[in-house]
Amino acid sequence: MTGALSRVFPIATVVAAIMVVWYGFTVYLNSPWQIEQYEKAGIEWQMEDLVRDTMAHDRPILPAPHQIVIEIWETTVEKKITSKRSLIFHGGVTLSSTLLGFAMGTILGIGLAVSIVENQAMDKSLMPWIITSQTIPILAIAPMIIVVLNAVGLSGLVPKAMISTYLSFFPVVVGMVKGLRSPDPMLMDLMHTYKASRWQMFWKLRLPASVPFLFASMKVAIAISLVGAIVGELPTGAVAGLGARLLAGSYYGQTIQIWSALISAACMAAILVAIVGVVSHHTLKRMGLRA
Amino acid sequence: MASRTGEDLVIDAKELCLTFDANDGPVHALKDVDLSIERGDFVSFIGPSGCGKTTLLRVIADLEHPTSGSITVNGMTPEQARLERAYGYVFQAPALLAWRTIQRNVGLPLEIMGLSAAEKAERVARTLDLVGLDGFGQKFPWQLSGGMQQRASIARALAFDADLLLMDEPFGALDEIVRDHLNEQLLELWRKTGKTICFVTHSIPEAVYLSNKIVVMSPRPGRVTDIIESDLPADRPLDIRESKKFLDIAQRVRNGLRDGHSYE
Repeated sequence: MTGALSRVFPIATVVAAIMVVWYGFTVYLNSPWQIEQYEKAGIEWQMEDLVRDTMAHDRPILPAPHQIVIEIWETTVEKKITSKRSLIFHGGVTLSSTLLGFAMGTILGIGLAVSIVENQAMDKSLMPWIITSQTIPILAIAPMIIVVLNAVGLSGLVPKAMISTYLSFFPVVVGMVKGLRSPDPMLMDLMHTYKASRWQMFWKLRLPASVPFLFASMKVAIAISLVGAIVGELPTGAVAGLGARLLAGSYYGQTIQIWSALISAACMAAILVAIVGVVSHHTLKRMGLRA
Repeated sequence: MASRTGEDLVIDAKELCLTFDANDGPVHALKDVDLSIERGDFVSFIGPSGCGKTTLLRVIADLEHPTSGSITVNGMTPEQARLERAYGYVFQAPALLAWRTIQRNVGLPLEIMGLSAAEKAERVARTLDLVGLDGFGQKFPWQLSGGMQQRASIARALAFDADLLLMDEPFGALDEIVRDHLNEQLLELWRKTGKTICFVTHSIPEAVYLSNKIVVMSPRPGRVTDIIESDLPADRPLDIRESKKFLDIAQRVRNGLRDGHSYE
């Protein structure tokens, strides 16, 4: 096996295995209700009937993969983007707060990391709080952020983005602090012998050395931003976004809708992480680092 | 040889002591070191690990601070000398910045000094040529062999244009053949530029081959046990290492090292 095939084959194998297990569970989990229906109607049933029918429920306990694919197709390609039932519309809402939150989180994270590395007092006073902030369950704090921000007149995109920021700044701080401190003591001595100023030390040594660390953190941060955006859409009774789709789906027992929103979110996360990966690869290559 | 006037003394250390506080009591890295190095000297510091040779070099470079005693570099304190950018320092590893090309690595100190782009380019080209790396300026460090990387780091120290070159086991990690080659080149460079060079090594042949003065050191406490003036001719082909004179000096260094150890 060479090239693309050797990369695709292992992934395809795993996907195929998941599909087999998934279809198996679809039949298994949906069959009690189906059998009940057969008995009520007094229908004689065969195994093949059961397999066919359990995969065609409107509100299955576990929808079959093809039902989810059809649902995604119908709510993306076959719906106008402006429609409230379009998954692209909802995905776009979530994406916008993900990206805003990610951008704010990255900037905040870099800023905090720089102040921590350059200032000992900041290191001692800030770092414990930064770590504490991540021990609070986001589900508990998200509604409060939304409510408090609403009270001061902020609603819509910004509060949701703030929740993404709250989650995504953390990996950036941790990675960036490590990166800014990564230069070898020998290199610090070297700069010292050149009478380099603090600013030169930072700009010419610490900052470039931290770039690979920053990108690794940003990959985590963007995925976690998406989680934050979805969580931010849950408690507010938001009417738009993938989170709102999840919530509405669970209110009305629309499992297919829930799963299609989930799968869309997962795909979006994968694409976002891949984009950061590509940008990272090219940036590091341009810097002459072997990426 | 120049006369021993204050002006010609590049380094002058008297009763220099440096003690580190370790968990299990003080470590005497340097004890009562007296040393004078004249302009244009090539001085090797040799001794087993822990004898304080690197520490001494770092004191000269103002990277460590002596506990007591006095030391001057170019007639100034080491700190003043560092701020005057009186020396170029070559570390054990090449210590090149991975994200800079060789050219920009060599230009780094010049950038920090704030030289003009034209002068920077001229000096970088000249020093790269001096270490035989012309044509490699656009490469990144990882594209070069270990020996070439170390040559680039020497070029970087030379680009500085300081009269004093401090080298801490610069060829320690390289194989014998590359090492011989770089030793020849370094000697040639010394003759061409007339710089004062302080060279830390743990190889006896390297020390004898390169220097006109060999400082033998011993550990616990780190001190100077012997200073050997070598009278090998300035022109030294590699096979001088087979000559009687060379072997005699090497023998004396070896005896000095052995004496140092017998204190234990």
